[in-house]
Amino acid sequence: MTALSKSWERAVVPLFILVAWEIVSRSGLFPAALLPAPSAVLHSWGDWVFGYDETTQANSGRWLADALSSATRVAAGYAIAAASAVLLGIAIGWWRWVERTIEPTIQMLRPVPPVSWIPLAIIWFGIANKPAIFLVFLGAFFPILMNTIHGVKTADRNLIRAASMMGATEQQLLRHVVFPAALPSIFAGLRIGIGAAWMLTVTAEMVAVKSGLGYVLWDSYYFLRYDLVLAAMASIGLLGFATDGLIKLLMSAALHWQRASTLQSREG
Amino acid sequence: MASIELTNITKIYRDAKRKRDLLAIDDVSLSVAQNEFLCLLGSSGCGKSTLLNMIAGFETPTGGSVTVGGRPVDGPGADRGMVFQQANLMPWLPVWENVAFHLRLKGWRKADRRAAAQEYIDMVGLQGFENHFPAELSGGMSQRVGIARALLLNPQVILMDEPFAALDAQTKMDMQEELVAIWQKQRCTIVFVTHSVDEALVLGTQVAVLTSRPGRVRELIGLDLPRPRDITSPRFNDHKRHILNLIREEGLQQRAVAAA
Ligand SMILES: Nc1ncnc2c1ncn2[C@@H]1O[C@H](COP(=O)(O)OP(=O)(O)OP(=O)(O)O)[C@@H](O)[C@H]1O
Ligand SMILES: [Mg+2]
Repeated sequence: MTALSKSWERAVVPLFILVAWEIVSRSGLFPAALLPAPSAVLHSWGDWVFGYDETTQANSGRWLADALSSATRVAAGYAIAAASAVLLGIAIGWWRWVERTIEPTIQMLRPVPPVSWIPLAIIWFGIANKPAIFLVFLGAFFPILMNTIHGVKTADRNLIRAASMMGATEQQLLRHVVFPAALPSIFAGLRIGIGAAWMLTVTAEMVAVKSGLGYVLWDSYYFLRYDLVLAAMASIGLLGFATDGLIKLLMSAALHWQRASTLQSREG
Repeated sequence: MASIELTNITKIYRDAKRKRDLLAIDDVSLSVAQNEFLCLLGSSGCGKSTLLNMIAGFETPTGGSVTVGGRPVDGPGADRGMVFQQANLMPWLPVWENVAFHLRLKGWRKADRRAAAQEYIDMVGLQGFENHFPAELSGGMSQRVGIARALLLNPQVILMDEPFAALDAQTKMDMQEELVAIWQKQRCTIVFVTHSVDEALVLGTQVAVLTSRPGRVRELIGLDLPRPRDITSPRFNDHKRHILNLIREEGLQQRAVAAA
């Protein structure tokens, strides 16, 4: 297949949705304010980004700042979550006593929806970056942790034997065998985690923070600016898509050795 | 100094799920002097890998003791290089990194590891595949990486679990010659598991014929045939006839037991 027809394949569903939506909005079936047409959303979005005609009033030209503050929160919470979940997951998967002492607590905390931490997060951290970062951390931590534990537990015992035959100490086993063996599973967790991270930044910004895409979204809702609500939603989707792509890129670089042995190697 | 002593070894695998214990090794005593080349010959499932795993330190015997070089074995170590029945290569490392894994653990620099690995890669005939990943190798090629990896340890004791089973006749012959040359040069002690009577007779200074499960030593046969071994010589064939008879008897007994 040529590259052109492939990208056409990808674009066909989004295009169809946009066109249908534009037609419905313009048909006058609903009031224009309730379901702004894609063209109107694009226009407001453009002003939000570039600030050309102030249709978005106070938000005009502020998109980059909003996106950056959301992205910073995602990055901070996600980085803390990834580092701690991978370390703790390896410890839980490797040492039985760590599993026995920590795992029950973790399993009890896990089903508690991160959103339900919002009241406590606000009391503890106030209205600013910190509660949002805390929420992002909570959302990303558990999927990464669970997948890391799984990856460690399913590591091939024979590889550990082979490495200890070559004189590996326990610490070296963890670093040179267990961690790389768990990496495919860790990346599965990282990809689930990044989705959760975006969801929770936006949630936190709607409640506990006065900046970012989620804040603009909620604020526009109060001012009945559904065009901006939609533009904010689309921005979040795009940024989430981009960060997931980044992680996928990282993953294919780190797991390139899997190419010859897995299903995905069939893809072009 | 790197002699191996197995004294009254028994091994029972506890099977908690099936509520049934399995006697894999029953009272095996073997003594392998330094620079001996012992071949273990026995039917599938008779406990050859289990014996090797106990010498390597991956399994502990249920009864009896294993010493290597006079010291009791209490875990795996780089003094005993093992070639596994399945190659067990790190799938995320290219061939040369697998061969040089030991040096990575010792903290060698990349360029030094690469250079050191090359000698062993050449030895097992894998030139041109240095940067391939295990998933891109054939079974026999993976097995040869496993051999190179064990040889790089330059160990006192080499334990080999059917290392040549997946090789074609020509490669197998080359590798057997190479192994004998290494053994003669490095004066190490080798325990070599095989199914093939011919292979045991071509390689070993001693052949231990094991019984079917549970594994016992049926007979220990010393071979003082000149090297390179002539597989058509009358003495070679006498040994072969003798061992084949042992195996045949063993098979008949097994069937008698099964029928009873
Ligand atoms: N980890 C284990 N747990 C339980 N039983 C085991 C384990 N390893 C081996 N066994 C059993 O011990 C017996 C001997 O196994 P072993 O692998 O030593 O045989 P083998 O002589 O190497 O056979 P083959 O020639 O087929 O490799 C078998 O019946 C096997 O089922
Ligand atoms: Mg075996």
